[in-house]
Parts: sequence; C-alpha cells; structure tokens
Amino acid sequence: MTTTTRQAFVATIPVMTGYLALGFGFGIMLKASGFPVWLAPVMSITMYAGAMQYVAVGLLSSGASLLTVGLTTFLVNARHLFYGISMLDKFKGTGKRTPYLIFALTDETYSLLCQETPHIPLTERKHYYFCICFFNHCYWITGCTLGAVTGSLVSFNSQGIDFVLTALFITIFIEQWRSAGKHYPAIMGAAVTAASLVLCGRENFMIPAMVAILLLLCIHKEEVSHG
Amino acid sequence: MVNAHTFYAIAVMALITALLRFLPFLIFKGKASTPPIVEKLGRLLPSAVIAMLVVYCLKDVHFSTTAGYLPALMASLLTGALHVWKRNTLLSVISGTVCYMLLVQFVF
Repeated sequence: MTTTTRQAFVATIPVMTGYLALGFGFGIMLKASGFPVWLAPVMSITMYAGAMQYVAVGLLSSGASLLTVGLTTFLVNARHLFYGISMLDKFKGTGKRTPYLIFALTDETYSLLCQETPHIPLTERKHYYFCICFFNHCYWITGCTLGAVTGSLVSFNSQGIDFVLTALFITIFIEQWRSAGKHYPAIMGAAVTAASLVLCGRENFMIPAMVAILLLLCIHKEEVSHG
Repeated sequence: MVNAHTFYAIAVMALITALLRFLPFLIFKGKASTPPIVEKLGRLLPSAVIAMLVVYCLKDVHFSTTAGYLPALMASLLTGALHVWKRNTLLSVISGTVCYMLLVQFVF
C-alpha cells in the first residue's frame, strides 16, 4: 500500500463503521421484505445511495409506479445536485477518474472530500480522492451484502426493522435543524406533507407534497438578515 | 417478488441518482456562478425534503388504537432525545430501531 492509499484508508475508517452498520440494516430489511440476496450487491453497486436504498425497498415491495419511483428518487437525492457544485474545482484535473468520483459522491464521501488535505501532495490528490470513493463504495457493498446473507441464514423476527429508516431521517432532521439559520423549510416541509397525507390519503400523498414543497420554496422570499 | 418491474424501478433509481450527481458538472462546467434560484433551492430544499421524509416514514401511524401510534411515538422520541444528547447517529438509529422492534413484537 502506498502512503497515499494508506492515508485515504485511515480517513475512511469512520465511514467504514457507519456504512457496514447501515448497509447491514439495509440487507436485513431487503431480505425481510422477501427479496433475494443478490439484489443487495446489485442495488449497492448501481444505485449506491444510503437513504434512497431503504426507501427503494418500500417502493419495490409496494410495486409503486415508475413515475412515483422517479420523483421520489429525485427528491430524496436532490441534495446531491449541490454537492457537485462545491466539488467542481476539486475534481478538475482528475482525468479518467472523474466520472467515478462523481458517481460515488454520497453524503459521507462528500463530507470526507470537503476536508482540506494539505498533507497530500498535489500530484497525489487524484489518487487520494479515488481511494476514498472506492473504499467507501466497497464498505457499502460489503455491509449490504452481509446483511442480506445474514438475513437469509438466521431467521429472527424482523417485524419493525423498517423503523431504521425513520430513525435515520430523524437524526438527519436534527442535524439539519441545528445547522440551519431559518427553520421555515423544515416546518413547511413537515406541515405540507402532513396536510397532503390527510387530504390525499397514504397511497397518493407524496407527489402533491413534493410539488407543493418545490413551489412554496421557489416563491418563498427570504428576509435579508442583518448581522 | 422480483419481476421486470423491479429491474425497471432499480434502473430508474440508479439513473436518476447518477444524473443528480453528474448534472452540476455538466451544467456549470466553466461557469463562474450558479443562478440564484438554484443556489436558493440548494440551501432550502434539503431541510424541507428531510422533514417530508420523516412524515413519509410515519404515514402508517393511526390513532384508532394505542398500538397504532404509541410504539412509533416512543421510538421516535427516544431516537430524537438520544441524538440531541449524544449526537451519535449510529447510537440513535440502533437504539430507536431496537426500541421500536421490542415494542411492536412484545408489548403491543
């Protein structure tokens, strides 16, 4: 292992723990919903999206329409649009590795790539970024697959395991609440979705909620903050 | 469980996820600034969407019986309280999920 590869590996250790555990949960849930084990590596290689894969299990088992699937993916992962904007400069000059770096830009990878790396020589940076992306992807595939394999070997009562997604979103919600200056989007998002659930019922409420949230954010006038 | 629809749905999810990651690089290549509306949505959308997803996850909660809402309410409060206190995602998620599983399997 070269020095750069080792430094990249050390940087990804916190993500390794998280990805193995969250991936494991996904694998268990996928298996518990009646899907075959091989779907875990297929989904974690091609989609490679943490929260979205959990949401996907629900969409796949309910046989949601492709329109609902597409729109849900768009909204759950829309935040990735903005990760790219802040990586435009960093990924310059990464050559043939660039497409993979962009493909693998998950929340956790993004947070690692945001960190400044003065100790990595400029010529080694592209290899360093690639290693971070690749290692994280490997942890995720391993976690998901191990979870699905375990789910098929050990039979236990997994009723209620889908709460893992609710819990994950609650923690992300709290993190965002803490870092946000204004709480209007969070409160509006919850209120609009709840109203849509009551009005449209639980089969059809997501698309109206998404459209209403986008429109309300677009017309929202932000107060100019002083100080 | 797995049929043609499963593969189409996975393809759609994989393509849209990748598209969202690639789009900024395709659009803003060589541009100095991003349009204000994109920049505004970039700041405001994530919080709104996460709030929406929390509600989405709790969509099956109903108030006709205590079993319809109490397990989800208690596990959500535990997850939230632990996260405010310890700020450790893994701890909050695992504790909340185990709490919920115990409640729905043994208590209600």
